[in-house]
Amino acid sequence: MLSLIRAVISRDLRLAMRRQADIVSAMFFFIIVVSLFPLGIGPEPELLRKLAPGVLWVAALLATMLSLPRLFADDHRDGTLEQLALTPQPLGLIVLGKVIAHWLVSGLPLALLAPVLGIQFDLSSDALWVLTISLLIGTPALSGIGAIGAALTLGVRGGGVLLSLLVLPLYIPVLIFGAGAVDATVTGLGPQAHLSLLGALTLGGVFFAPWATAAALRIALE
Amino acid sequence: MNNRLVSWFKYASPQSFYPIAGKMIPWFWALAALFGVAGLYVGFLVAPTDAQQGEGYRIIFLHVPASWMSMFIYLVMAFWAAMGLIFNTRLSGMMASALAPTGALFAFLSLWTGALWGKPMWGAWWVWDARLTSELILLFLYIGFIALQSAIDDPRRADKAGAILALVGVVNIPIIYFSVKWWNTLHQGSSVSLTKSPSMAALMLWGMLLCALAFWMYSIAVALMRARSIMLERERHTEWVRTMLTSKE
Amino acid sequence: MLEASNLECVRGERRLFAGVGFRLEGGEMLYLQGRNGSGKTSLLRMLCGLTPPTYGDICWRGESIRKLSEEFRSELCYLGHHNAIKEELTPLENLRASARLAEESLDEDSALDALEQVGLRGREDLACRYLSQGQKRRVALARLVHERRALWILDEPYVALDPAAVDLVAGLIGAHLQRGGLAVLTTHQTVEVPAGTVRELRLG
Repeated sequence: MLSLIRAVISRDLRLAMRRQADIVSAMFFFIIVVSLFPLGIGPEPELLRKLAPGVLWVAALLATMLSLPRLFADDHRDGTLEQLALTPQPLGLIVLGKVIAHWLVSGLPLALLAPVLGIQFDLSSDALWVLTISLLIGTPALSGIGAIGAALTLGVRGGGVLLSLLVLPLYIPVLIFGAGAVDATVTGLGPQAHLSLLGALTLGGVFFAPWATAAALRIALE
Repeated sequence: MNNRLVSWFKYASPQSFYPIAGKMIPWFWALAALFGVAGLYVGFLVAPTDAQQGEGYRIIFLHVPASWMSMFIYLVMAFWAAMGLIFNTRLSGMMASALAPTGALFAFLSLWTGALWGKPMWGAWWVWDARLTSELILLFLYIGFIALQSAIDDPRRADKAGAILALVGVVNIPIIYFSVKWWNTLHQGSSVSLTKSPSMAALMLWGMLLCALAFWMYSIAVALMRARSIMLERERHTEWVRTMLTSKE
Repeated sequence: MLEASNLECVRGERRLFAGVGFRLEGGEMLYLQGRNGSGKTSLLRMLCGLTPPTYGDICWRGESIRKLSEEFRSELCYLGHHNAIKEELTPLENLRASARLAEESLDEDSALDALEQVGLRGREDLACRYLSQGQKRRVALARLVHERRALWILDEPYVALDPAAVDLVAGLIGAHLQRGGLAVLTTHQTVEVPAGTVRELRLG
């Protein structure tokens, strides 16, 4: 079982490495969107510090969503998805592997980039630390839940926008607990509660979502 | 037991259900009208004026039942979706698709009446309290379902994909509600809450229940009507639809 | 071993075929024929279990494939219209990746041997993006060289191949049939397979 997941992850990572432009452009999207907020709201440090957790988390959400259609679309187009559905292995495990690979090339870089951007918002080092951790814990959930949307909208008109419409409401709890954790650090309440709830969401998202995704993939392949 | 199961499944074909639905619809409209009149009578004429909120509070006789219905319909929709996935019956998928617009309508109505209630009371058209925000997210879930189904051309795939989305939504709704409540209580401060409804006289509760029943009957009537037109559209190439439409002329 | 009964297929709003049935035993090949659009690919996908038939049943070794699912898929090899290769990977990487995902062991030597047999020697380490259509098809067909699963379902395997390659693939199918395997295939070209019984089924 583990060897299958490892095989899927290594295949997807190898593919991602040969198409680095995709990863890099998602990161730049993150940077640009984050920079838009001060431009739209004004450079007042007080205000920016208050808005920072929400802004950074929303930008991370949007950047993750940008990379979701790629999760299955390429495999669907060249016929490899069919082959994956025809292996005797459980499709849910294969999806889990793809989700992990997706997180490694989208969620993880975002989480590592966020503290650098957080400095632009004058967040304290405690807050920056919690921001990074919250993103590290929360972005796998984004990949897992997003995969369901990607599978449902595979090959469907209106692709990316429809995907966002389906997936963003489901992301809201992750956003609330993720940004809330940083907020709690800033106000001195301590992020433990938020982070544990976030962790619970991620465990649910990563371990249960692949099965819904697999069902959706089989429907898309009919 | 086996015989009973088989005879229920007979009604699971659009062909058998179409005429039955047709006969039921006028009854549900009648019940909706009956309960509606009763509920509005209680709510707008009989229930006493509230000491704090004056006459404006009466809108809750529409707001609360609408919220209840929007939630209830989502559950029913998810139920039919699950039935469709498990038993692979066409009719279940059609029922789920027929219910979605009505559910979305009630969610929207709930938000709108919530705003109408809030404005004279708190001076703002919108407040980010837990219930209104959850209701808004529920509306998004409905819209997502409708959008997904209308984007997929093949009706069977649309049914199944929508079913998965509805089931994922149903699992997420308690999570979303909990997280929004959490978010709201943490940021409470001076913000107001529309959940602080006036202390319920029994009469008021009756008024809301009657209105809820009216909405419920209305939903069934409208959903059946919509389901019938979905049946006609999807099965237009089959014998029974052709003979039925030509014999009507 | 493979039995289909009363299959019906409705695509969109057209009924492509109905009442289709056949029986295939070890060492036999089913040659599926029909005009374009008669539902050949749909039938193949039904046999794989990808598309559920609107009506009818498919049995493998006496049991419905819907019930068997994993056991059936472990004996199935499907080659569809798409080549199912990743353009960013080399032919060698593609072969080894698909073997690993199918839980079969394919060491580098066997993979190189397979690629050589389909005439891709010297191009094993070139990203598939740089290969011609025919060469990409050969990468997909290279899987058949060491494929030992019992049921082969092939959708137009000879497309874009030159005569030598067509002979090679026909030889591979013949050898497979001789080993007791089954094959179902569609093709617009009449190709003689060197061994095994051939049955025909015409759709539409």
